[in-house]
Amino acid sequence: MSNRYELRFSGAGGQGLILAGIIMAEAAAIYDGKQALQSQSYGPEARGGASKSEVIISDEPIDYPKATAVDALLALTQEACDKYSGDLKENGILLLDSDLVKKLPKGKYRVVKFPIINTAKNEVGRTIVANIVALGAMVALTGIVSKESAEKAVLARVPEAFTDLNRKAFLAGYEKAVAAKKG
Amino acid sequence: MSKIAFLQGNEACAYGALYAGCRFFAGYPITPSTEVAEVMAKELPKVGGKFIQMEDEIGAMAAIIGASLTGVKSLTATSGPGFSLKQENLGYACITEVPCVIINVMRGGPSTGMPTGPSQSDVMQAKWGTHGDHPAICIVPASVQELFTETVRAFNLSEKYRMPVTVMPDEIVGHMRERIEIPEPGVIPLTDRTPPSVEPEEYKPYDTRFGDVPPLAAFGSEYRFHVTGLNKAEDGFPTTRAELVQQEEERQMRKIEDHIDDIVSYEEYMLDDADVAVVAFGSTARSARFAVREAREAGIKAGLFRIITYWPFPEKQIAGIAGRVKAIITPEMNLGMTFHEVMRCAAGKSTVSGIFRVDGEPINPGQILDKIKEALR
Repeated sequence: MSNRYELRFSGAGGQGLILAGIIMAEAAAIYDGKQALQSQSYGPEARGGASKSEVIISDEPIDYPKATAVDALLALTQEACDKYSGDLKENGILLLDSDLVKKLPKGKYRVVKFPIINTAKNEVGRTIVANIVALGAMVALTGIVSKESAEKAVLARVPEAFTDLNRKAFLAGYEKAVAAKKG
Repeated sequence: MSKIAFLQGNEACAYGALYAGCRFFAGYPITPSTEVAEVMAKELPKVGGKFIQMEDEIGAMAAIIGASLTGVKSLTATSGPGFSLKQENLGYACITEVPCVIINVMRGGPSTGMPTGPSQSDVMQAKWGTHGDHPAICIVPASVQELFTETVRAFNLSEKYRMPVTVMPDEIVGHMRERIEIPEPGVIPLTDRTPPSVEPEEYKPYDTRFGDVPPLAAFGSEYRFHVTGLNKAEDGFPTTRAELVQQEEERQMRKIEDHIDDIVSYEEYMLDDADVAVVAFGSTARSARFAVREAREAGIKAGLFRIITYWPFPEKQIAGIAGRVKAIITPEMNLGMTFHEVMRCAAGKSTVSGIFRVDGEPINPGQILDKIKEALR
């Protein structure tokens, strides 16, 4: 039980957070040879509404499929941050989009923030890859899967024409998170 | 070599159906079951099968009965409101004894309920949803791997006993993703319905000379027979003759009652010396397993009985457990359906208490652990 690691990707429906969770889980289960389980929770809306994707990574078989005490939380919207930060562990990692989440939850967390969506839009070139920027950042901050495995998992999921765009997004997120953590 | 994949439960279910030899799917998309239809739409044409999106769930249920009568293993998938709509034709599949498999990914209800929220509240409907006395087999898987293997088993049971079988993952199991091993073709044995051994002119669709499960000819072949929703005689034509109707109804029930041990399946975890047993299924059983491990670490003798075949209900096993433990706990995402079944089986030999949740949230291990401690106080 002690090596159970829980991640939650949250934001608004349509931001690609379920996919980000799937890729994280695939990196662990397929490329890193660990046990992984991904689950999701979302509202009936096609877009909007708070949405979350959870990933459990462990060396042992995973029984309970949902988060119990979250080790690392990503929140891309204020609504998601308010709604889904309640069970973040003390000293857990809290990754936020600094443009969109202004009000921090009460508690002792390792907060890392940078403009995630803006990085996708202006530095990578497409808002749509914000989820991959966020994924790169989560990989850097948690270290729960290797950078190489995560990159392979990202590229295995995207059409060939968008390989470069997604690699750029992943690396941008990874580097920004490393820099933000130091800063 | 088996194939390793990281799949969603609903996807694994569809691949299980294909593995079992399913070559016809009719359905109408509905959350949280749609991915089953998506995979079937993509994969069936590649293996010479047919996919059809019907006008609604009623039509979809009718279509798989028709397709199966021609000798093709058939599947439909739905959720809550769609399962309600299928009930009339599910009864038709029961009385006509047509093998087919129905997937019902359980979401909150009644009616439209909570489309994206998990639930386990359709287990009674799986047995009593369609009117009249009829046998029922219902399987409630708890993992992505099991959704694959149990869908294969559902087809096998359906063919073996010539009747509809329902597979009912809750939304969490249907939508979660895990690593899965897909075996090579042939590794899991497949069952096919018994074809007629008599000449076409001698064939009767409900011929009891061959036992309680009569051979089934393919519609459209040289074997011609009548199919009706009315009570029927051995030749398939309607009858109101009292003794024939009684015999037919009782024969259908015997298909299950005489083969309970072949159909019932379950998993026991740390039950041997347990003082308290948790009886659970689906994703709730995974939560219970977590709680049982934590209880054991705290020195409490807890165990888990995980229901895999919900109908027929594992009566004998539950009765046995009730005689050995002090308390039984039934956590479930409904307001006490399994609780009442367990109470009936326990027959006063142990206390039974439930944890019932219908707010769209899973029952977490902490809730179950608290109840375990409370039960032993």
